[in-house]
Amino acid sequence: MLLQAIAFYLLAATTVVAALAVISARNPVHSVLFLITAFFSAAGLFVLLGAEFLAMILVVVYVGAVAVLFLFVVMMLDVDFAELRRGSSRYLPVGLGVAGVLTIEMIVVAVSVAANGAAANSTGPESLGVRTVGTAGSATNAEAIGRVLYTDYVYIFQAAGVVLLIAMIGAIVLTLKHRVGVKRQDVGRQTARTPATGMRIVSIRSGEGIEE
Amino acid sequence: MTIGLSHYLTVAAILFTIGVLGIFVNRRNVIVILMSIELILLAVNINLVSFSVFLHDVVGQIYALVVLTVAAAEAAVGLAILVTFFRWRGSIAVDDASVMRG
Repeated sequence: MLLQAIAFYLLAATTVVAALAVISARNPVHSVLFLITAFFSAAGLFVLLGAEFLAMILVVVYVGAVAVLFLFVVMMLDVDFAELRRGSSRYLPVGLGVAGVLTIEMIVVAVSVAANGAAANSTGPESLGVRTVGTAGSATNAEAIGRVLYTDYVYIFQAAGVVLLIAMIGAIVLTLKHRVGVKRQDVGRQTARTPATGMRIVSIRSGEGIEE
Repeated sequence: MTIGLSHYLTVAAILFTIGVLGIFVNRRNVIVILMSIELILLAVNINLVSFSVFLHDVVGQIYALVVLTVAAAEAAVGLAILVTFFRWRGSIAVDDASVMRG
């Protein structure tokens, strides 16, 4: 129990500090690196909760894909980031005030929900979040998710795939640039070529050249 | 010393607030705003997973999976829009994005 508490406070503190560093770092590359740290420690929190599958997905999707995408864009765009920060301190007092009120309200609600809500008498992560309805007793986390995801929520699963497909097509359409004057292969014209159109037999009389 | 649901919800609340604050503070830098949105969605995911675990219902984790998918798609499309905008204006300041004509 004590080890669990130590791990929780360590991971939670890392997540919060890294998140603060994300929004306050001067260099956006540092921001992205701190974002990776935040997601990594959040994955640790998921493991602590017993949601190993989601933790691994978080690491793979965020650290492997989204963070690299952010890094790629930050390094590709040649932006004067110091100029962008100018005048931002004007909003800091209001922002801090709103943030303070928001935090206090949400923590009060969270504590009261945890104490009096539907999960008030829960035994906690020991049961590893396995759905008791429709699944056989003690399954692993990934097995429990699979049993529900591919049966009751298969349409949601398919819809998620469609979302990803549309995002991919959208990103390609947005960033694809057709430059003029570039010689490139035209497969349609190549395959449409026949001996009749691709070759011309010219009979040349001796002593004369051929004209184009 | 037991770590309960309220601990996880508190971490999620703080993370959510940091995300909102990031949008306030870096009001002109679109990249950091996108990162703040990712932080907000991470806070939402922590909420979903902790409720899923403490209510012994795995459906919450499936919802978190959907949120993760949408967050990844949102980051991809957002960054694509950012690259297009940068090519057009040579800047990524939010203030410059004041006309809808492309």
